Amino acid sequence: MPISRRAFLKGTLAAAAALAATPATEASAGADAALATLIDIRKCVGCGACVEACRGANAAKFPEPQKPFPKMYPSRVKAADWSGRREVDDRLTPYNWLFIQRARVVIGGRETELTLPRRCMHCTNPPCVKLCPWGAAKQLPNGISRIDPEICLGGSKCRSVCPWDIPQRQTGVGLYLRLAPSFAGNGVMYKCDRCWERVAAGEIPACIEACPEGVQTIGPRKEIIARAHAIAEEIGGFIYGEKENGGTNTIYVSPVPFAELNRGIEKGEGRPHLEPVPDTMDEANRLAAALAIAPFAGAAGAFLRLVSRAREREAKEETHGD
Amino acid sequence: MATDALRPAIRIRPGGPARFVFRGLVFVLALTGFGQLPIYNRYYLSDLPGFGWLADYWATRFVHYAAAALFLGLLAHRTARHLFSPRARRRLTRSGALRAGILTVLVLSGGLIVVKNFPGVFLSDAAVIAVDLVHLGAATAFLLAQLAAMLARRPWTEPLAREPIPPFNPRPETPRGT
Repeated sequence: MPISRRAFLKGTLAAAAALAATPATEASAGADAALATLIDIRKCVGCGACVEACRGANAAKFPEPQKPFPKMYPSRVKAADWSGRREVDDRLTPYNWLFIQRARVVIGGRETELTLPRRCMHCTNPPCVKLCPWGAAKQLPNGISRIDPEICLGGSKCRSVCPWDIPQRQTGVGLYLRLAPSFAGNGVMYKCDRCWERVAAGEIPACIEACPEGVQTIGPRKEIIARAHAIAEEIGGFIYGEKENGGTNTIYVSPVPFAELNRGIEKGEGRPHLEPVPDTMDEANRLAAALAIAPFAGAAGAFLRLVSRAREREAKEETHGD
Repeated sequence: MATDALRPAIRIRPGGPARFVFRGLVFVLALTGFGQLPIYNRYYLSDLPGFGWLADYWATRFVHYAAAALFLGLLAHRTARHLFSPRARRRLTRSGALRAGILTVLVLSGGLIVVKNFPGVFLSDAAVIAVDLVHLGAATAFLLAQLAAMLARRPWTEPLAREPIPPFNPRPETPRGT
């Protein structure tokens, strides 16, 4: 069917208007299309089936570094090498994108141990993705954030801006080796990509599929949050991940407060905390209004000054005329 | 009368306080902009006394946004003075036109990065990489062009040929009887 120039322009303008409106609303197509996972801590027995499944499903993506590593300058730059410790599974590493965290807590006066799978939270507005200086970290419309190993230079900015320090570095692999390996870059950053190829093919992530207890479920974010609230209301429980860092696509439900869980877990490198997290991207984003207004303010200031000067001049001339 | 008509109502000089504000903002923007790359900590710059904040990506991003707002206001102010005032009587030199062109690319790519950083905004992988590289490239090109212009003493603008022009009047008189 032929399209008239008028219809084409109309369609183009409508598309441009829709695109321009996208950032203004949370309820954009991207936000609606986001998939979130619900992790019901009550059901986790800490068997580690999810960890094994993750390692199996992602083995082909794990780094095979070239050795010896290039000498790096200055001397404070250290190599991060996990290739000789691939079996480590009690923390996050480039070879272990999911681990079981154990928390000693008191429930009903009795001390007990709770276990929970920990990995990338897949934030709704991920700083690792948005602030990567090369575009190596990407966010998919379905809410998955992933790091492209072909582009990542291993500068680890993503880990510095991640509230949970999730991405882990492996030296001796990636694009930096072909650029200036001694002076810029230090490998590739690795983290959970929520099995993005499987999800794209209509499957579910390996960790969810392998869990014998049904700890994790995946679905549209709104539905997952509604379900999390229903469970929390039913058991008098608590939710983590809905509001943290402006919202994430990983929602935990726990029978004990997360402050208590956070006290009971081992924290440190590769072992993320469970503390409340403010929206890290929001502070500078609020300045966007100033960026939008500034040019108009500057132009208006120039115009008003010009008018004011002209009137002063006019008044002066009238005074001289008298 | 002729002498009065030749006197500009608005003096747009290449110098003045605006020049120092402009250069100061360019310095802050360059410092915080390159601070988005993981280099200051690696190369000890953030170890210098008073420069520790350069290793904090959140601090440098916030200052970059704030300085960018002031910079855009200043650019718009200077541009508007030229456009609104028929008595400014100056035009861009070749060096000025080159820097203005690079600045335009820099501002547009920076605007796209600001939009990209909002929640719910998805750009294609290629678009994100292109915008990041264009912004970095334009910043580097502008700094080099600005440095070259300063060393060679090339101004942004030059005066047009002087000719009598009417004074600016915000309330033009309507001829009687029309």
